[in-house]
Amino acid sequence: MHYQGESWGYYMPTSSMPSDTMERVVKLASESAVVIFSLSSCCMCHAVKRLFCGMGVNPTVYELDQDLRGKEMERALMRLLGNSQAVPVVFIGGKLIGSMDRVMASHINGTLVPLLKEAGALWL
Amino acid sequence: MQSFKAAATTTNQDMFCHSSFFLRGDDCNSRHQTHFPDLGELDHPAVAFHHDDAVDLSPSSIFSSKSSNVAVAANDLHYSALNTSIGATEMVSGGTGCLNTGQFMYQKGPAFGVSLGNGHIENWADSGLADKSQQTDTSTDIDTDYKNQLHGVQHGPMKVDSVDQSKSKCGDLKMLRRLAQNREAARKSRLRKKAYVQQLENSRLKLTEMEQELQRARQQSCFIRTGLSDSVMGNAALAFDMEYGGWLDEHQRLINDLRLAVNSHMGDNELCILVAGVMAHYDEVFRLKSIGTKADVFHMLSGMWKTPAERCFMWLGGFRSSELLKILGNHLEPLTEQQLMGICNLQQSSQQAEDALSQGMEALQQSLVDTLSSACLGPTASGNVADYMGQMAIAMGKLATLENFLHQADLLRQQTLQQMHRILTTRQAARALLVISDYTSRLRALSSLWLARPRN
Repeated sequence: MHYQGESWGYYMPTSSMPSDTMERVVKLASESAVVIFSLSSCCMCHAVKRLFCGMGVNPTVYELDQDLRGKEMERALMRLLGNSQAVPVVFIGGKLIGSMDRVMASHINGTLVPLLKEAGALWL
Repeated sequence: MQSFKAAATTTNQDMFCHSSFFLRGDDCNSRHQTHFPDLGELDHPAVAFHHDDAVDLSPSSIFSSKSSNVAVAANDLHYSALNTSIGATEMVSGGTGCLNTGQFMYQKGPAFGVSLGNGHIENWADSGLADKSQQTDTSTDIDTDYKNQLHGVQHGPMKVDSVDQSKSKCGDLKMLRRLAQNREAARKSRLRKKAYVQQLENSRLKLTEMEQELQRARQQSCFIRTGLSDSVMGNAALAFDMEYGGWLDEHQRLINDLRLAVNSHMGDNELCILVAGVMAHYDEVFRLKSIGTKADVFHMLSGMWKTPAERCFMWLGGFRSSELLKILGNHLEPLTEQQLMGICNLQQSSQQAEDALSQGMEALQQSLVDTLSSACLGPTASGNVADYMGQMAIAMGKLATLENFLHQADLLRQQTLQQMHRILTTRQAARALLVISDYTSRLRALSSLWLARPRN
């Protein structure tokens, strides 16, 4: 199996792919400083991407509608977040940050930038 | 003198209206406790103004038919209060006070009062209501002023002051008299202008209030008329409008209390409670908006629940957080280094968040355009109903995300306010809340003025 779709990420070698979807999500999340799971048709995902780009961060984006196992991953993310909206969801430094509201809240209260710096996604 | 001594001890009302009644100095002091002691008759040539409490010389202002002994004092009070507590009337709208901790206290309702130096509230709209016990206090202030002006003034053949007589040059006397009259006339003119301006301000405030009341009454009557037969969404919109109107009233009350507290230099502990109250009340409006958004997102987005000027500068169903911080500007000084950095960061992050949401909205709009103008719906299409319904369903899905955007925008606003509260000290936060509230009030007043402007 291989990935489809243009994302800003990179291809995984097939042999080391974990079978459990959730594990895969976590693995993908920890491979880059900033990881966004998204849907190409979702406008809120677009907003999240613009937010990080506006800060000068280059996030790794996985478009789940362009992934063969995208549906499963969406379901896994829904379970993880505990709501009906799987995307957008943001991981920084492998840690789950959350949806748009959590990301915005942490940006406003000043905790987002330190996290980004810690993960190496942002240099002053 | 016997006769009018007796008269003096009876009701004052009749006495003061009598044209031949006049008072002499010492008699006045003993007789008058709380009444205005020195009403004299201008035209009588023999009147000597030896009494400390002098009198307004313009005949028109002395007696009014209502409460005669009060009227003069009230006029003088108007002027004295204008001189003492109203510098530039900075104002103000929607019943709120001015920004720079002025001496105004505003009461809501049809009667507007101005606080005089000693804390009493006078009703400008009705000159007959001046507090009697107060008028003697303030009248002495202006009366010394009058005394200085009086010395040069003569009415008819009456001689007022021996100082001028000692100069004994007719020309000088006439010139001095003319100058004094000019001064007096100019002063009166200035005072009249101030009174007029004050009246205008009051009218404007009344206008704003009435507009708002009218709007609310209209909505209420609409609501009652449509009843249950109307669509659910229509009712939801009106329900929100009414709730919001109530919220605004309560907000105004809280802000007025806060203003009083700030002006009276209340301690930080009590001030903290008031500030927390206002913040909690802001949470309430976000809760209302959340309900309103779920019920009728287009109504919330349309901003029809705001006044026109507010609506014009609205962003995603409410105020711009970054704009709010710009408004605060240097009202927050002095700020510590850390605070300054915090505010700057807040400004930047709120701006970035706003931009992100705006771009998301643009993407949404573009996506909607694409969907609705898709080829299968075009004039050359097969006219397949299934395709049409399919595209409509997609469009519906996209529209649903509008609620999410509005929700995120409100969250952004709420969080910006909360972060601002965290960064600032209690006193700074109080001032910030007053600044924000005053800005909004002025915008609302602007709307009222605009709506009421004369059109040719």
